[in-house]
This record gives sequence, C-alpha cells and structure tokens, in this order.
Amino acid sequence: MKVINFMGQRKLAIALSAVLLVAAIFSLSTRQLSWGLDFTGGTLVEVHYSESADLKAIRSTLDTGGYAGAIVVSFGTDRDVLIRLPQGHADTEGTALVRLLEDSFEGTVELRRIEFVGPQVGDELREQGGLAMLMALGMVMLYIGFRFQFKFAVGAVAALVHDVIITLGFFSIIGLEFDLTVLAALLAVIGYSLNDTIVVSDRIRENFRKLRKSDPLEVINISLSETLGRTLVTSLTTLLVLVCLALLGGEMIKGFAIALLMGVVIGTYSSIYVAATVLVLMGVSKEDLMLPVKEGAEQDELAP
Amino acid sequence: MLNKYPLWKYLLVLAVLATGLFYAAPNLYAPDPALQITGESSAQIIDERTLGRATSALEEAGIAHFGEVIDPGGRNALVRLRDAEQQLVAQARVQRALGDGFIVALNLAPTTPSWLSDLGGQPMKLGLDLSGGVHFKLEVDVDAAMERRQEFYETAIRRALRDERIRGIVGREGDLSVTARLRSEADREAARTLIADNHPELTLERGGDGDNWTITASMTEQMRTEIANYAVSQNLTTLRNRVNELGVSEPLVQRQGQSRIVVELPGIQDTAEAKRILGTVANLEFRLVANLDAPESEKQRFEYRSEDRAGSFEWLERDIIITGERVANAQASFDENGRPNVQISLDGEGGTLMSRATRNNVKRRMGVLFIERKFRTRYELQEDGSEKAIQIPYDERKLLTAPVIQSALGAQFQITGLDSPLEASELALMLRAGALAAPISFVEERTVGPSLGAENIRLGVKSVQFGLALVVLFMILYYRVFGVIAVVALAANLVLLVAFMSLIGATLTLPGIAGIVLTVGMAVDANVLIFSRIREELRDGRSPQMAIHSGYDAALSTILDANITTLIVAVILYAVGTGPVKGFAVTLSVGIVTSMFTAIVGTRALVNLYYGGRKVRTLSIGGV
Repeated sequence: MKVINFMGQRKLAIALSAVLLVAAIFSLSTRQLSWGLDFTGGTLVEVHYSESADLKAIRSTLDTGGYAGAIVVSFGTDRDVLIRLPQGHADTEGTALVRLLEDSFEGTVELRRIEFVGPQVGDELREQGGLAMLMALGMVMLYIGFRFQFKFAVGAVAALVHDVIITLGFFSIIGLEFDLTVLAALLAVIGYSLNDTIVVSDRIRENFRKLRKSDPLEVINISLSETLGRTLVTSLTTLLVLVCLALLGGEMIKGFAIALLMGVVIGTYSSIYVAATVLVLMGVSKEDLMLPVKEGAEQDELAP
Repeated sequence: MLNKYPLWKYLLVLAVLATGLFYAAPNLYAPDPALQITGESSAQIIDERTLGRATSALEEAGIAHFGEVIDPGGRNALVRLRDAEQQLVAQARVQRALGDGFIVALNLAPTTPSWLSDLGGQPMKLGLDLSGGVHFKLEVDVDAAMERRQEFYETAIRRALRDERIRGIVGREGDLSVTARLRSEADREAARTLIADNHPELTLERGGDGDNWTITASMTEQMRTEIANYAVSQNLTTLRNRVNELGVSEPLVQRQGQSRIVVELPGIQDTAEAKRILGTVANLEFRLVANLDAPESEKQRFEYRSEDRAGSFEWLERDIIITGERVANAQASFDENGRPNVQISLDGEGGTLMSRATRNNVKRRMGVLFIERKFRTRYELQEDGSEKAIQIPYDERKLLTAPVIQSALGAQFQITGLDSPLEASELALMLRAGALAAPISFVEERTVGPSLGAENIRLGVKSVQFGLALVVLFMILYYRVFGVIAVVALAANLVLLVAFMSLIGATLTLPGIAGIVLTVGMAVDANVLIFSRIREELRDGRSPQMAIHSGYDAALSTILDANITTLIVAVILYAVGTGPVKGFAVTLSVGIVTSMFTAIVGTRALVNLYYGGRKVRTLSIGGV
C-alpha cells in the first residue's frame, strides 16, 4: 500500500480551514442566518393553484386585502406559492388569507399548509438548539476522552466545531433558510463527522501501539492512508443517498439534504485533516497511548 | 480457521429477521379512507337507523362504501370508503343528512388482518406532515391561575371577617399574599385565629404600627408550584375532553415542558372549528348583583354579552360566589315554555358555596359572567428601527344573564335568558368540557393539507428507493459477493427498522424518512469498515479464512465506538429536541441499533454460510 504524505500538506490544510472559518464567521456576524419561521415566529401559508399562479397579482391582492408586508414566492413549481406574513398577524389570519386568494382567482386554490409560530417559541428554540449542540459536544468529548485519550477528544471536538461553523457559514453565505429540519441536519452532521473522526483516531491509536515507529507524523500518515479507502467509500454512499434526497425529496426536505451534503463533504475533509492536525499540534506520542495495564503490573511488583 | 457459526447463531439471526418481517408486515396493508360518526353529546347513541341514514346519503351521492360498523357502546360508527378523493364530499353529505347532533370526522381505518393485530402488529403511525392535519401548541398562563387563587383567598378572608363581624380592609398585596388591615390588636388576633383555622396552608405574619394592625397571609413557594402544576394538568384534562368532543380519530394531547400543551389532530381540515372549540377559553363567574346603595369600592360594572342587549349593563358585587371550575356538568335543554336554558350541576363544594350565598338573598339577582381570553396587539419600536408585535392577553368579562334568584340554589340549577338553542348548546359545551383553571393561548399552529401529506410520502419513498438502488449498485460493483451480502443486510436492516418503529408505536414524520435515508447511507459504513479490513489482511498475505476472521475482529471496536458516539448525539437530540428533531432522532437511533446487528452479526452469518467450513482460495471482495 502506498503511504500518502497527508501531514506534509498540513500547513496548507490549516490555511484552508482558517480561510473557510474566517469567511463563515464573518458572514455569520454580518449577514447572520436567514432564520426560518420556526425561529422568527410569524405565519406561513402554502397554497396550490390549479393553473400557474401570477405572483404579481397575488401580491397586489394581498396588499389591498390588508396583508402589507407579505412575502410571496413560488415554491418548487409555478403553481405552488409560499406566502410569509411577519409577526403580528393573529393566528387565525392564515385561513382568512386563503379565502381571500380563492375569491380573487377563477380556478381553485388548494390549501397545502399553514404554519403559525408565536414570538415566544422562536427564542426558546434557538436556546434549545444551541443547548443541544453544546450538550452533544460535551458528552462526545467525555466519551472520547474516556475511550481514547484527552488529546483525541480535543481533536474530535475541534473537527466538529470546524464542521458546524463552516456549514452554518455556508447557509449564511448562500442565504438558505435555517429552520428546525436544518438544525436536525446539523446535529446529524455532528454524528456523521464524529463517526469519521473516530474511525481515523481508532486506527491512529492502533498503529501507535502496533508499529515500531516513533515519528507521530509517519504513524498518522500511515493510518490516514489505510483508512482512506473506507472514508471515501462511506462518504460516497452517503452522498449518493443525499443527492437523491435533495433532488427527489421535495421542497420541504431540500434544506435538510443540502445541509447534510455540505456537512458530509466538510466532515470527510475534517476527519482527515483537522482532527489529525490537532493531534500533531498537541504533540501526540506513543507514550500517550500506552496500555494502562503496565502501570497496574508495576504496582503489583511494589506490593509486599 | 473455519468461520462457522454454531447453529444457535444462525437460528437467532433467522428468528430476529422473521420477527422483523412479521411486525413490518402491517405496513403493507394500506388503510381505508373512512368516516367516523360520533354523537355530539355522550347521551347520543348511534344505532342502525342513524347508520342507515348515513349510508343512504352516500348512495344518493354515488359514493362507494363498505364495512360499516357500530362499536359496542354505540358511541361511534365507522363507514369505510373506496376512494380517498371522495372523503371530503362524503363527509359533507353525511353531516348534512345526520344534522347537528352528530360529528362526522375523517378517519383512516386500519386494514391489518387479525392474525397480525392479535399479536400486537400495527402499522406505523404517520406524523401530521405525512397524513395531513392540525398541530397546535398552547401556552397555559400560570400567572393567571396564581392571580385567580389569590382572588379566591381575598374573597374568602373578607367574607370570613364579615361573618365574624371583624371590621377591616382586605386587599391583595404583591403576587402571593393577601393583607387585612384591622382596627385593634384584639381584632388582629381574632382575624389571625380565623384565617389560620380556615386556611392552614397559608403562612401568616403580623405587621403594622401604632393604630394600624395588619395580618398578611402568603402562599408558599411550594403552593405556587402545586398551583402551576394543577393548572396545567387540569387544562390537559379539559383539552382532552374538548378534543373528544371534536370526534377526531387519533388525537394527541400532551404536556410539553413547564407550561405548554401540544394538541395534534390528524385528518382535521376545518381548523377554524377546531380552534373555536379548543381555544375559546371560557370560564364563568357567579356574582350577586350589587345593591343600589353599595359603595363604588364594592361593585363593578359589566356590559351584556348578547348583541340585542349591547350597551346595557349591570353593577355586580366584587365578591365571587363560585367560578366555572366548580361546574361538574352542564346541559342545554328547554324550560316548560320552550325557551332554551342551560342546566348546571355543581360539585359538592360549589353546591355548599352556592346555597350559602343564595340562602339569604332570595329575590335578589345573580349575575353570570362569561370570561373569554382575547388578545390585543401592541407594536413596540425595536432598537434597530423595526416594529415588533407583542400580543397582550386580557380577559373580557361580559354578562350573560342576571336572573332573579327564585329560591335558595343548591348543586343543581339552571340559567335562562339565552338568545337561542344554539347559544345554549354552545355554552353548555364549553362548561361541560370543563372550565379551564388558567387561560391558554395559541403559540404555534401548523396545518398540513392532505394532498401535501400524500405528496410528502410519495417523494420520501421515491428518494429512499433511488438512494437505495444507487447504494446497492455501487456496493455490488465494488465488493462483488461481499457487496451482495452487504446489500442483503441493508434490506434486512430496513425491515427491522420499520418493524421496530411499528412495534414501539413511533410516529413516522418527514424528517423521520430523512433519518431512514441517512441510515441507509451510513449503515453500509460498518460493512465498508469490515470489508476494507479484510482486504488489508489479504494484502498482508493472510489466508482467506484468516482474513475474514481477523477482519471482523479488528473492525468491531471501531464500529462500536463510532456507533456509540453517534447514538449519544441521537439520544441528546431526542431529549432536547421537539417535533421534527425528535422524529429524526428516533429513526436515527433505531437505525443505528438495527444496523449494528445486521451489519455485524447478519453479514457474518451469510459470509460463514457462503465461505465457512471449506477450503477457499480467493475471496470475491473486489480489487485487493
């Protein structure tokens, strides 16, 4: 098997990650995320027209009907229309709006869905989402610290934070709506990226113990080369499925699929470069991974 | 190295798979679109004649139907339809034929054969985003419940002092306490003993100076929590009753967090009707009409609720005799002159309070106040110049009626003077469903039309099929025989996942489908890990049998670590998340567990069957 000198390029990788992170953080702090209805509160109405819908006509109907400030966009096809009302409209107004549209259109207007989210729910969700993310990171760090070693835990969590921030930044730059399903996707990205990182870490640990080489860079390179095939195959199968989901799953699942697609790509990259690079930076060595059994043996000898 | 499983392991894999197939099977039987007929009140029995009226209405409209049943108690009946497209028309027809006494609801009747359902087999429940329906989230106003309790103590203490002829002023203070100002120390001590006797649960504190003696009665923090919990759980019961009145087939009414209640009504289309019944926070207050010479501080002005008496008003006393919480039952009926009325039954304590208050007040009038929670929207300028709408709830109290008390009232009495039979039945419905202990308001509402739900299922299934096909193709091309084995395991994994979800009664949602798709992608990971290990072992020159053995062994701990950490994330998602996040977490965690079984034990069984116990020169595992 050919050993690829992954770590030789680590400065380049650090630079790339830094650029991506800065871009993501910059966009997040200036443009922020375009929060979906789940987080902002307000009313959302999706309707299906029997013939292709004239968005301009719908806008003027709504304007004169007392729904100034309504955002009207087509949703997937030219017959499906999504209308968003800002906060401040009562929870009953969705149905009234649909009736208004029906009256001003000759064909039929079919109600697909109405969502109303009150102002207090959104703030809570943001808190809950953040809390879930932090809890997940904390628990994972504990588990890896317990199963592997502290330096590996730092590497894994660094990779996770890296992936989440870049995926969030991607959403902010592209201007995709961030709703609850996207949050779920983001948490799945944590799961996926973790999966990848652990497989790589597992091999690094094994090789530190097995190989008689003491140069950490070499050991890491060998481990990454050995796991490369598996990393690529798994990413590929997951990507295949996600592309299907994004293209065929319908509008409501698109954001979810795109977030995961992005996350899987970034997660694959980070499990090779970020987690391993952090290990190198923290000076991982053979001694970190000595089996604890030896200590016990020494203590046995000391005992009278 | 022979790579043979003992017989029991093969049998275990077979048994698990057979069980999986059995419990996944109910999902193959598509439910029939149906109409569910219930009586509006519990007294309304559904018999063959009612059902006959319904079916003949359907026949007249040319709607095909079958399998009509009335359940044993006569509480509801089910009519199955051939065509889902006609469900709405059928509902309207039947509703018109049966009239107002019945509720006709859309339903999906399961068609699970009895040999499956007898052993607990049931199809997966579909979430609202797949089946269509309404989702409400309601907030219970706990502070209002607290205020109401404070009001109760204020009234009770004032009345007790008056009955004992202790003169003083009683008022509410802060959030949790009631203070009585008295004229002398002796009065204060008398008041203290009296309050302590009547309400031992309150903490009492003496206060005041010089010629000003006070006693402050406070609720403890523990009482506060109890009141809040009581308010939420009573609302929960009330909402359940009301939802039952709506006649929905499989409603969900669930507490969420400290003060939220989630209500999900699958199949409901007319959201306005649902909200009217659920959301109208009605309560009643019974108070005496004030005497003409009563001072301003003891009376309050209320306008009439009905439109033809708009503008006229009455002065009522501030003291409340009882509130709607004491109402045990209420029924609309007619008096001897054919005028609509509402018969009210009170619970024991309510009856005592009512008779005590009316005993000495015969020929005076008693006002019945109807309290509704409404909202005022106020706009507040934010720092960034945008306006933020704030909804301020308030209670609108209007007078329903103020009849003369004809005789001392007990636990049973009636309210007359209502405009129409409709108004009477509506009021009775509200009261019967139980008055709410605390006002509720809608904080979230989602309606999914049935066509969107069907489309979501179609698209979800389609993307699972395509994704699966691509993965299958890739795996077989890349791993040959081992690829085929992995694909068989993947199929078994899907069967087990569906079976497990059906068995635990989990609800399938759109994010849940996404979770399944993701599981398909990730489930092969375990096999990829094992197979690339085996390839490595072969490269290192091990014999095929040895390579299989050590490949599985070496990959095991990696697979466990990777899956356990993902499972941690999924469990946290489930614990912290709500709605779609929860649905996703359930499928993800179930998928992780089933995929570990099929990918490790399942594939090993197949590999052992195929390669085990014989001399093998090469493995068909793709390019080494």
